[in-house]
Amino acid sequence: MARPRVSRATLVRLMGYLKPYRGHLIAVAIGVIVSAIAGVAGTYFLKPIINECIEPLMGQAAPDFSMLAAWIAVLAGIYAVGALASYAYNRLMVTVTTGTLARIRKELFAHMETLAIRYFDTHAHGDLMSRFTNDTDTLRMALSRGLTTLISSSVSLVSTFAMMLWLSPILTGLIVLMMVVMLFCLKFLGKRSARYYQQQQKSVGDLNGFAEEMIEGQRVVKVFCREDEIVNEFLAKNEALRVAATNANTYASVLMPVMGNLSNINYALTAMVGAVLTILGVMDVGSLAAFLQYTRSFGNPITQLSQQFNAILNALAGAERIFEMLDQPPEEDEGTVTLMYVQEEADGSLQPSAEYTGLWAWKDGETLVRLRGDVRFEGVTFGYTQEKTVLHDVSLFAKPGQKIAFVGSTGAGKTTITNLINRFYDIEQGRITYDGIDIQRIKKADLRRSLSMVLQDTHLFTGTVYDNIRYGRLDATNAEVEAAARLANADAFIRLLPNGYQTVLTGDGENLSQGQRQLLAIARAAVADPPVLILDEATSSIDTRTEKHIEQGMDNLMQGRTVFVIAHRLSTVRNANAIMVLESGRIIERGDHEDLLALKGRYYRLYTGDFELD
Amino acid sequence: MWKNLIPYMKKYRWGMVVGPALLIGEVVCEIFIPLMMGNIVDKGVYAGDVGYVVRMSLCMVLVAMVSLTCGILASRVSSLTGIGFGSELRRAMFEKLQHYSFKNIDNFSTASLVTRLTNDVTHIQNAFMMGIRLLPRAPVMLISAVVMALAINRSLSGVFFVALPILGVMLYTGGVFGFKRFRVLFKKMDRVNSVVQENLIAMRVVKAFVREEYETGKFNDANEALAAAMMKAEKLMILMMPVMQFTIYGCIIAVLWFGGKLVAVGSMRTGQLMSFVSYVGQIMGSMMMLSMIFIQLVTSRAALSRVHEVLSETPDIADLQTACGPVKDGSIRFENVSYAYTPGNTVLHDIDLSIASGETVGIIGSTGSGKSTLVQLIPRLYEATQGRVLVGGQDVRSYALNDLRNGVAMVLQNNVLFSGTIAQNLRWGKQDATTEEMEAACKAAGALDFVLNMPNGFDTELGQGGVNLSGGQKQRLCIARALIKHPSILILDDSTSAVDMATDAVIRAALRESYHDQTTLIIAQRIDSVRDADKIVVMERGRIEDIGTHEELLARCRVYKEVYNSQQKGVQSHA
Repeated sequence: MARPRVSRATLVRLMGYLKPYRGHLIAVAIGVIVSAIAGVAGTYFLKPIINECIEPLMGQAAPDFSMLAAWIAVLAGIYAVGALASYAYNRLMVTVTTGTLARIRKELFAHMETLAIRYFDTHAHGDLMSRFTNDTDTLRMALSRGLTTLISSSVSLVSTFAMMLWLSPILTGLIVLMMVVMLFCLKFLGKRSARYYQQQQKSVGDLNGFAEEMIEGQRVVKVFCREDEIVNEFLAKNEALRVAATNANTYASVLMPVMGNLSNINYALTAMVGAVLTILGVMDVGSLAAFLQYTRSFGNPITQLSQQFNAILNALAGAERIFEMLDQPPEEDEGTVTLMYVQEEADGSLQPSAEYTGLWAWKDGETLVRLRGDVRFEGVTFGYTQEKTVLHDVSLFAKPGQKIAFVGSTGAGKTTITNLINRFYDIEQGRITYDGIDIQRIKKADLRRSLSMVLQDTHLFTGTVYDNIRYGRLDATNAEVEAAARLANADAFIRLLPNGYQTVLTGDGENLSQGQRQLLAIARAAVADPPVLILDEATSSIDTRTEKHIEQGMDNLMQGRTVFVIAHRLSTVRNANAIMVLESGRIIERGDHEDLLALKGRYYRLYTGDFELD
Repeated sequence: MWKNLIPYMKKYRWGMVVGPALLIGEVVCEIFIPLMMGNIVDKGVYAGDVGYVVRMSLCMVLVAMVSLTCGILASRVSSLTGIGFGSELRRAMFEKLQHYSFKNIDNFSTASLVTRLTNDVTHIQNAFMMGIRLLPRAPVMLISAVVMALAINRSLSGVFFVALPILGVMLYTGGVFGFKRFRVLFKKMDRVNSVVQENLIAMRVVKAFVREEYETGKFNDANEALAAAMMKAEKLMILMMPVMQFTIYGCIIAVLWFGGKLVAVGSMRTGQLMSFVSYVGQIMGSMMMLSMIFIQLVTSRAALSRVHEVLSETPDIADLQTACGPVKDGSIRFENVSYAYTPGNTVLHDIDLSIASGETVGIIGSTGSGKSTLVQLIPRLYEATQGRVLVGGQDVRSYALNDLRNGVAMVLQNNVLFSGTIAQNLRWGKQDATTEEMEAACKAAGALDFVLNMPNGFDTELGQGGVNLSGGQKQRLCIARALIKHPSILILDDSTSAVDMATDAVIRAALRESYHDQTTLIIAQRIDSVRDADKIVVMERGRIEDIGTHEELLARCRVYKEVYNSQQKGVQSHA
């Protein structure tokens, strides 16, 4: 196996997770030691039983078995203690392992939820996912088996060795000699296996990448009848993997027979030398018998230790990856201004309310500021990385109830603007205000609650249609959900689903078309009923005629709200109060539809179809 | 479950014979060793015969060497066999996937197919390997140890005949309950994984709606259920341990007691008694092995059924033996065609449509009106549920799939470019295409200019999915890739949506000029893309609403007018 490098800090930290189980672990250690000692002692008792209870009885006319019975009772007691101890520590370890893993997974997920969008944008999902699956699994194996094996193998190794030394120092010397040979073999095999293992990992990556690309492009493969070529290419990669994996596996699995037979040879040599010693009278038969039993069981802990050592190293590497994620600083939130439901009194003053009223206010210290949806950008400059600035000195304002549209090529910075309003990313220069309050001062959760987003890629969750729409506002009633669906023109197709609103959508809503999913996302935003709405290519997968049909609903949805619209299709944005044409992070044209056409600039060329947007 | 996979073991049948044979050799050697040991003590030590002891010990070394050789060879053979089996399985799955029709593909998500092909196969391969390594070993060990014990002393062996059935029954009972609990465990694990996966994919939605706590709550529920299921399953598994130990230790004690008496009366020697105790150890080891194999087999069941699903899916479109040769011309006829993805979910109703060779036909309709399904019936990507589709005057089912699809080129809606150079991608259409041919196709597709402007022209490397190209550029390359085939029929399924209108018009003009004998079907959202077609088909809810030229439809077709109006407002006032 390839041995990953692990730091002592990871080990210490992992131990920290075991701390609540300190009592359990002490009991486990005692149990392991007791059962290991019981195992060794059980073997040792063969000697007195054979030497002193059985041999003297040979040839006696009326043998007295009471002594044998007594010794056997002692042996039975030792065995019983050993078995009970081993059950007890295994049972305790289940509690420890299950509890520790549940806690690690829980912390990992809870922490993941606090991480900034930047983290998810810069890490492969498969990689993050594997921390929940592969890494916790290696950890589970190491905890449930590795830890106890480590203790028990060490204990039996040491105690067996001590016993052997006591029984016969000469024979023990022989054993030590054999042990050196064994360790040498272990090292050789480990090195070989690590090399092929690395080759195997490389082939696996190669094959998986190819398979993924071809499965994704499967329809194109069919359309072009390229099946045979693809299969041939796959087979070549498959063969490379087979060769590497076979070698890696051979070296890993040869460990058992090599170690086992070395210990057999060891046994034979010991027997030979031991027998000679017995005949010479240096040793008695019972001692030889016991010694040979120890010899037989001596190889096992070495093999087990070498196997577990790898498992533990792998687990520590997994733990390191888990800790790496846990160590990511959570999204910063230094905001103090919060959002609350309010009621408007007869005199126009605002009173906090515990329930949803459709009216919100910012609570800045003791003062309540009515949430109106006035958003301003003042000289905003931003880049996702230090090297590349995406937005240059952008200033704009959206008065309450206005519709502001962004038009421009991919990479011009449209989506970035929306990422900044809800603080998925924080700006470096300039400021953004919301109802006159710098958004840096608003608590992130409350800021986001006041905004509703409909994104280009619509994501649904496993659950009913009701659950999915209700995601916008958890306390919405079924009637409110249905009203929102009607508004988004989604009601008709929902009713045609097998169980209507109770239909369980699976995965990422794979059973719905992209257009239908967008309609659900619009319904979700509608039910949230926030004062500011961000539509990022929200209708891109809906054909123009259906879009026309939901236009009324969309107009209702946008009524009285500040709306930011990003759209490819100019028909979607033409009735905006202001259209910003973005290019390379700068606003190059702004104004309403008529103004921009009159300008005969970039917008005009887009509109007349001279220019291509990506 | 496993027996479904037997066909894929065929190639390595030899390994499944040789491997176990070698293993058995190894095991037999291991069994002889305690016997020899007993002889050394009895016949050598007690008789004071040093020569015998040395002879016997050397013999033991020899046996151990044989065992070592067998063991190393067996490792090699079982690795070859096990990994080979996994590799055969992957190959079979991948080949099977290539025979899937679009309908079959619809039944699986891409992500799940990738997992099945990679993780699941690896899991099965490992379980199989463990199986072929331990499965022959454990019973042989068990049986031979019992036989040996019988040979030494028949009456003392009675101990095993009492203990083994008890142990067997207990292990079996444990296994049956264990299987149930593990199945529950896997379900809970799937749930945890799906919550994580969904959150990773939809993190923006979670954050935008401030649902972090809600999701954490959801996860905690799933996580606790998983922990509880794990507790239950593991608790049962560890209960097997003391059961086994008590039985084995009980055996040792019984052997010592009864054996001691036998030794005392002289019907057994001490050496034999020692060998006997060793066999008890061997029997314990083989029982442990059996239970390990059992656990592995249980845990691989989920993977097995997922792989089996892929392999057992019947491709619903099969090639005919009596193919009628290549496509002769570009005429298309739909006769009373209906299509349902699943029974009851009919998306196309009674379609009758005739297209003459060389015509250009536009297809307009809203999302879900069945446009894409309709054209996908032409290259037989889906199979009509009812009625028939004719291409070049022949039923599509009478062509070999390769002939049909070489004659019908299709540019799909969600098109994909592959990693490799631009030229490699274009040659998907025609493997031996020359640079001139590629230039011509790119020119017609409006892609030549930007390709030549790329750093290495046609040899420019594209990332996976063509990430370094813009949407419009990708679409134009996809069209070029189809054109290079010089098909009788070209189908463009909304393939110029990201192309600007001017370029779109250039492409259409080029198609008319250079590819005039080719039948062209254009599915489009924009009326402009189809307005100069020979005829336009208007689809609505799986039926043909109307067929006619742009002017005719504008005059009489309500749906067409609505689409037109939804797009034309601005142009009328500003054109």
